[in-house]
Amino acid sequence: MAITSDVLVVGGGLAAVTAAVSAAREGADVRLVSHKASTLRQASGLIDALGYVPATEPAKPLRDGPPTAGRELDPDEWPDPEGPLADPFEGIDRLPESHPYRIVGGDALRDGLDLFDDLAGDAYRGGHTERNALVPTFGGAVKPTARYPAAAEAGLASDDRPMLVVGFRSLTEYDARAFAGRLEAAGVPFDVAGAEVEFAEAFRADAKITRLAKALDHDEAIDGVPAREALAKAVSPHLHDVVDEDGGVDRVERVGFPAFLGDDRGDEVRAELADRLGADVFEIPMGPPSLPGLRLEDRLFDALDAEGVRFETGNPVVGVDSASDGRVEAVAVDRKGRTAPYGADAFVLATGGLVGKGLDSDREGAREPVFDLYVDQPDDRYEWFVDDAFGDQPYARFGVRPDERCRPTDADGAVQYENVFAAGGVVGGADAAREKSASGVSLATGIVAGRQAATEANQ
Amino acid sequence: MDRQVDVVVVGGGSTGCGVVRDLARRGLDTVLVEKGNLTHGTTGRMHGLLHSGGRYAVSDQKSAKECIEENMVLRDIASHCVEETGGLFVKRPEDSEEYFQEKLEGCRACDIPVEVLDGEEARRREPYLARDVEKAIALPDGAVDPFRLCVSNAADAREHGARVETHAPVTDVLVEDGEVVGVEIEHETGPGKRVHHEPGTTEEIRARHVVNATGAWAGNVGEMAGVDVEVRPSKGVMTVMNTRQVDTVINRCRPKGDADIIVPHETACILGTTDEEVDDPEDYPEEDWEVDLMIETLSELVPALEDARTLRSFWGVRPLYEPPGTGTEDPTDITRDYFLLDHGDRDDLPGMTTIVGGKLTTYRMMAESISDHVCETLDYEATCDTADAPLPGSESEARMEELMDEFGLRSPVARRSGQRLGSRADDVLDEYDPNPIVCNCESVTRAELQDAIGEAGSDLNAVRLRTRASMGNCQGGFCTHRIAAELAEEYPEPVVRDAEDELYQERWKGQRHALWGEQLSQAMLNHMLHATTMNRDGDPATLDEEVDFGAFDAGADDGAADADGAGSAGTAATDGGRANDDAAADGGR
Repeated sequence: MAITSDVLVVGGGLAAVTAAVSAAREGADVRLVSHKASTLRQASGLIDALGYVPATEPAKPLRDGPPTAGRELDPDEWPDPEGPLADPFEGIDRLPESHPYRIVGGDALRDGLDLFDDLAGDAYRGGHTERNALVPTFGGAVKPTARYPAAAEAGLASDDRPMLVVGFRSLTEYDARAFAGRLEAAGVPFDVAGAEVEFAEAFRADAKITRLAKALDHDEAIDGVPAREALAKAVSPHLHDVVDEDGGVDRVERVGFPAFLGDDRGDEVRAELADRLGADVFEIPMGPPSLPGLRLEDRLFDALDAEGVRFETGNPVVGVDSASDGRVEAVAVDRKGRTAPYGADAFVLATGGLVGKGLDSDREGAREPVFDLYVDQPDDRYEWFVDDAFGDQPYARFGVRPDERCRPTDADGAVQYENVFAAGGVVGGADAAREKSASGVSLATGIVAGRQAATEANQ
Repeated sequence: MDRQVDVVVVGGGSTGCGVVRDLARRGLDTVLVEKGNLTHGTTGRMHGLLHSGGRYAVSDQKSAKECIEENMVLRDIASHCVEETGGLFVKRPEDSEEYFQEKLEGCRACDIPVEVLDGEEARRREPYLARDVEKAIALPDGAVDPFRLCVSNAADAREHGARVETHAPVTDVLVEDGEVVGVEIEHETGPGKRVHHEPGTTEEIRARHVVNATGAWAGNVGEMAGVDVEVRPSKGVMTVMNTRQVDTVINRCRPKGDADIIVPHETACILGTTDEEVDDPEDYPEEDWEVDLMIETLSELVPALEDARTLRSFWGVRPLYEPPGTGTEDPTDITRDYFLLDHGDRDDLPGMTTIVGGKLTTYRMMAESISDHVCETLDYEATCDTADAPLPGSESEARMEELMDEFGLRSPVARRSGQRLGSRADDVLDEYDPNPIVCNCESVTRAELQDAIGEAGSDLNAVRLRTRASMGNCQGGFCTHRIAAELAEEYPEPVVRDAEDELYQERWKGQRHALWGEQLSQAMLNHMLHATTMNRDGDPATLDEEVDFGAFDAGADDGAADADGAGSAGTAATDGGRANDDAAADGGR
């Protein structure tokens, strides 16, 4: 029997879930198909909306032609970005016209964030204000974000309480002393110290962060001492490490750890540590594998269940099965080597960008592999980049070009399929990394694509 | 007045490092100065082939004989820098049979041990060779790590009293009364190892003789002394694959041509190369057709290369030289032989000798010959022992095998560390507990990084070259910050930050030439990790403008935030609920 639904969402990340839930809330019968684990495990778990308006022009004109050895002596220089922005909505007008925020509008972002607040519930904070928060992440830099895990709240940089940052000798992601130094260099309004302590040494030298989280969840004994107590004991000698401007010693009021403070029982772990240390405890968002990202993924899939969306993972959508009159009728899903058609009245493409493999590339160019949608790009692959790694990288903006209903358009701006909508990383035009806008773009385009797909299906 | 040394050697490539080692071992007071890291120029930008001589067996038998001789020497004195991969010259149906026979005879004439294999046997040894490869000549090509080789030479020189100054460009050659009497150098961050933020200084080094071993840059140093050195720099591309499609050096058996060699090197394979004359060794185009040519042409030998992942590409500049008036048109026809130019004889400017041409495999022989010349000039008698004395790290092969089994790391990691460190592994790995892996792609541990930092200061590119950290698939995406964090033990935060940026940007440069397929996905992931999550590009610590922290959200419990927040009644109600949960969760703070 053919598999059909009103709306079929392709993808499994934040944009896909947002689109699926918003379509379901419009009354559509929704199915979600995703290939493999989403890229959320690589994400920090922070929900950014817009933190900067980055420069799109270099300080002086780029050199023409192929790279030369000499460019290393004469690198292109990029001006500082505008920001960090306290108000994410205020910067939207200054983004390039082809930016998804300019196309779907600030209200879509607002609605997307509201939907996120609803789905994330108690696990996330920041919904009480439209303003960004500055959250320290594991490089030691603060970054502007719209929503943050409850576990990160006590670490906000606009809070003026003295802070201790804890690092572990056997974890190599950051050094707590350099971390504290970087916060000071940023001019944060609080005193801060970093301490490298011994704790994780009880585990193998390069134990995974998930292993540490589990030990804290279950309060496993380490050399006869329960893990949480052992951790508190390792940190206690440093609670007075902070020295203020006048050379006075402050007792810290909050202590930051890498984000491994438990997995299933994170609240309990933090509470016990806070109690033992007599200070608030927070998690520092980390790189992959990111526990906050994994926790968010779990929560989003629980939400899908609650909204009545059927979902299946493990089977890639490999192409269009049938189409007529400018509409896709069914897509082809690869199920263990056999292709099956999945029919729907409307489709949402939320397969991600270059990282999530929603975009594919070879030496000839970048493509969108499911619907073969138009991907705007320079012909010459030596124009896909600029020399400064943090400059305005053209490749970072690769993706499909949506209309205001999030339908992908061709090179001439004409809609490619009436009933195909795109959301998230597969949508081009944003430099989400420099703007700190990745989650916001997923939420804004996800909610528009989901609603529009439902509308299309209802017709 | 400044003390006078015997010899200043300019240039920290394989030739310069070889010369300083040789002279120091002969007892001369010697200083090596290099404008970048050791191997900064051509040495660090080659494919890592230890020639058997097979490549020159038809066209240049003198070079071929030197190669096989030195190949055997390096296997002894530099065992921890050499991988004895063996090599094949393979013949495709369209390649000339006559040339194949000439190659075979040439090798025999030069005492290069050879064995002829049929296609089937060649594919048994290298399963990814194309089905239509007809036959091959097996010979003792190998892979050599140029950086490890240079560092070992420099270390040995230092043990014998020499001074080695990197990041110390020569700013002038001192000429007095028609004679070279030394050089002026600029220490970019002061003498000794390079540490970011330390102020620069200049120094005059007076010497009885100056050796110009700057290869493709020899003309620049010559110019400072007022003499012409007509180097003809020729660029060549090298493309790095993410895995070893072959474990043997694969050469195409045909007269000459671009894209005819694949060298397995550590965890990667390096495809090479092109040969194009350039005007300026510092500024020449790096073009996509060169990269495409490597992949497409070499896929004829190893078809798997067509769809394999490339990590990056880099270009090197050969210091080709021919005596004035030779007038060879095609750079591929210029001799690979080396030339010793005594400027006293040649230009009536005593006190300086330039060495140009040559190749890494014969670096020791070149060093010996220039050292002989210098000793003769200085009327100093001493014998050369560099062909017999093992380099630091290669003293005992048996000990190295032992060490590989000994260290309490998981075995592939210990093996990799052991291979890199050779007989020094004992001293280095014992230092750190815990000793976590910092660079996962290349299995580099903290102990190795700290050892390298001890030698190289905060120069993480020098640390990278010593350890291979950040040279794997992720090209530093997952480890530049971790490597930089290792500096925090010794250096303050701004040093850590600048060192990190410098390494990250250097890694990016090579990836620009591999930006498609998996490596483009990797680049995007790196961009997301470093810009999105770590906010390295927008970190207020690096921006000119100050940040008004008070304008940002300070948390739901913060009174000020609620007062001027723009939340609607609906969100306020949600907040109330959350604040209560929060208090409970945090154990009633």
